[in-house]
Amino acid sequence: MSRRAVITGVGVVAPGGIGTKAYWKLLSEGRTATRIITHFDASPYRSRMAGEADFDPVREGLTPQEIRRLDRAAQFAVVAGREAMADSGIEFDQLDPGRIGVSLGTAVGCTTSLEREFIVGSDRGKYWEVDQSYAVPHLYDYFTPSSMATELAWTVGAEGPVSVVSTGCTSGLDSVGYAAELIMEGSADVVVTGGTEAPLSPITVVCFDVIRASSTRNDDPTTACRPFDKTRDGLVLGEGSAIIVLEELEHARARGAHIYGEVAGFASRCNAYHMTGLHPEGIEMSDAINIALKQARADATDVGYINAHGSGTKQNDLHETAAFKRSLGAHAYKTPVSGFKSMIGHSLGAIGSLEIVGSLLAFEEDLIPPTANLHEPDPECDLDYTPLVAREKKVNTVLTVGSGFGGFQSAMVLKKVEGAGR
Amino acid sequence: MTRAVVTGIGIASPNGLGPTAYWRATLHGEAAIKPITRFDSANYWAKIAGEVPGFEAGRHLQGRLLPQTDHMTRLTLVGTDWALRGAGVQPNDIPDTDIAVITAATAGGYEFGQRELQKLWHQGPEYVSAYQSFAWFYAVNTGQISIRHGTRGPGAVVVSEQAGGIDSIGHARRQLRKGVQLALTGGMDSSLCPWAWVAHQASGCLSRSNNPKRAYLPFDRDASGYVAGEGGAIMVVETPESAAGRPGTRIYGEIVGYASTFDSRMPSREPGLMRAAELALRDAGMDASEIDVVFADAAGIPELDKAEAEAIKGIFGPFGVPVTAPKTMTGRLFAGGGSLDVASAILSIYWSAIPPTVNVENPVPEYEIDLVMNEARHGKVKAALVLGRGKGGFNSAMVVREYR
Repeated sequence: MSRRAVITGVGVVAPGGIGTKAYWKLLSEGRTATRIITHFDASPYRSRMAGEADFDPVREGLTPQEIRRLDRAAQFAVVAGREAMADSGIEFDQLDPGRIGVSLGTAVGCTTSLEREFIVGSDRGKYWEVDQSYAVPHLYDYFTPSSMATELAWTVGAEGPVSVVSTGCTSGLDSVGYAAELIMEGSADVVVTGGTEAPLSPITVVCFDVIRASSTRNDDPTTACRPFDKTRDGLVLGEGSAIIVLEELEHARARGAHIYGEVAGFASRCNAYHMTGLHPEGIEMSDAINIALKQARADATDVGYINAHGSGTKQNDLHETAAFKRSLGAHAYKTPVSGFKSMIGHSLGAIGSLEIVGSLLAFEEDLIPPTANLHEPDPECDLDYTPLVAREKKVNTVLTVGSGFGGFQSAMVLKKVEGAGR
Repeated sequence: MTRAVVTGIGIASPNGLGPTAYWRATLHGEAAIKPITRFDSANYWAKIAGEVPGFEAGRHLQGRLLPQTDHMTRLTLVGTDWALRGAGVQPNDIPDTDIAVITAATAGGYEFGQRELQKLWHQGPEYVSAYQSFAWFYAVNTGQISIRHGTRGPGAVVVSEQAGGIDSIGHARRQLRKGVQLALTGGMDSSLCPWAWVAHQASGCLSRSNNPKRAYLPFDRDASGYVAGEGGAIMVVETPESAAGRPGTRIYGEIVGYASTFDSRMPSREPGLMRAAELALRDAGMDASEIDVVFADAAGIPELDKAEAEAIKGIFGPFGVPVTAPKTMTGRLFAGGGSLDVASAILSIYWSAIPPTVNVENPVPEYEIDLVMNEARHGKVKAALVLGRGKGGFNSAMVVREYR
């Protein structure tokens, strides 16, 4: 009997609100949460907007030591992790800790803390030889993002396999795919997984500026991210976290858990093409989709909704549109597609998990969140991108995809589980 | 179950470039921990490291790659070239979608990142490199390997501090089981720049001694921390059927067991290293008595050394198995360290010899481990257990065996 990995708990920190409820309200209403950056003075930069989370660590229950120790991204993961744990109904302290794992996605780790400390240690870049006397006690934790997996593992009491998966902007999908593999192969019964990112600091903004990947629609930040629209001009950064409790199916059934859905198929591919560029044919993303569908024992025609990468760049829109057509054929034209980054921005290593959670909520509510800001469809993007307004539809199978720097292309198939009630 | 054999090993180590030079130096106990040359260490209390000498990236890589790569990526790309050459893999031997790339990272391309941070804050945003968006990040080595060799199979990067080098190989084996033929896997790491050094010093794990012979002394009564180094190993791991497709391919050994665990922060709970080792042995279907050598994590920090000695003693009994730590010659290589230890274990099997642990003179008697000190031990090695730990609680174990 093969083991299956199902989702029984979710937790979210996102632009527009903390918690799963606020997140779903934003998505289902098709509102956007992108704005002019308030975390720091972004006026010197080309793109000055982001999807920022209004996150108060004190209000979210973090202790003074946690607040001092943890980078903002780790704080997100702990807060979203606690919501996911409570939502799952699992009494974590009753489980064998050795059978609990953690797999956390992040693309840029504790960048914000590192940049802050660099500015001090180097006195605003004056010295190459950074002054050791200004090193803060937790500097090494910021140095390697595995410290964030440690924090999440402590939160859930995991003593099984624990790791960060860092594959750029597909990290949030790949970490959950990795977690599902741990469950299916029998290395763990419960894996707390997902992604977290708090990349909003000058160095991250600038690195997208210099390659002109981000939008310059600074005079209209709430509508700046426009995937599949012919007026699109780039991505808008974001931040947030989604944490997911993934559980072996029989383990979940035995305790009568509510099951959001199953991670039924997952695949990642390298495109061997370019560190930041995408080939317009979308072959590798299509390969990943095909393998994920095959693993899920699903046909292309079973897919009821496609959660797109939808970053808001022209090359991405053409790339994934081609991939959907290549894999789903004529069915691609009949399948609603939408992109959440139009609403919450691109939170790099977290977004894949935020997209998974939004897709699961679409299962729950029989409602597909829209692509916001899509007023003038690009004629080269000729699928049904669910513009502006959410759509009622009962969906049993979702395809969600991601694409990232480094050439990573990932696809996951989520399926509703029979008799999963609530 | 799909089997996983090692057919190519690319090594960049402070004591040798390439598996032949590395192995010769390692068997002879040639230590390479020295005063830092990569940057001026005058203003830092830690002044020694294991640097990879004689590595001229421009001799191996096209010029266009140099401005877009950190030192650790250059080591990785060259190491991968060597591993593929050793395995005799030519382009088109294997379908490009049947090759996975799985690497480990700890801190990314830190030196590259420091340079760009300095440009941003000292000169201005217009001076930041167009390559900053990817050259420093944790996923860069997998992406660059894939592009260089045209591999279009699965790609991943795992980060579990210094246990990651083992985890990456474990994940590569998982990919073979899911159907790919061959994986390029392991880790090469480097973070020898001032900004990284300040972080290393802040870890609380670096030795306070700057005497290269007395600084990193795992299991010794004078253990006082470790020395940081750079380098690691990238390996070609493939199915025996895939290797058989290239007649004459040398098979160094087989990866037969792997597991990872995590330490609770609650002092009442046992550390997870012994459990990882037991799970890896169970995964291999082997008994402890079949293991001929343990490549220890060898933290060099007294409480961690004690915990590891207890784990080894718990499984093998007092003085029950030879234990070695060739990393005493190189310092700890972070994401590269676990991979290099697996490579060393594989080379031990292939060459029938256990490399020594150097500089340790007074092992703590209560540890009751049979530490291979000063000189290599020659003789048949059929199977080895490799242990690795990462700061924060990560434990990984891998079992390798002669291929038969």
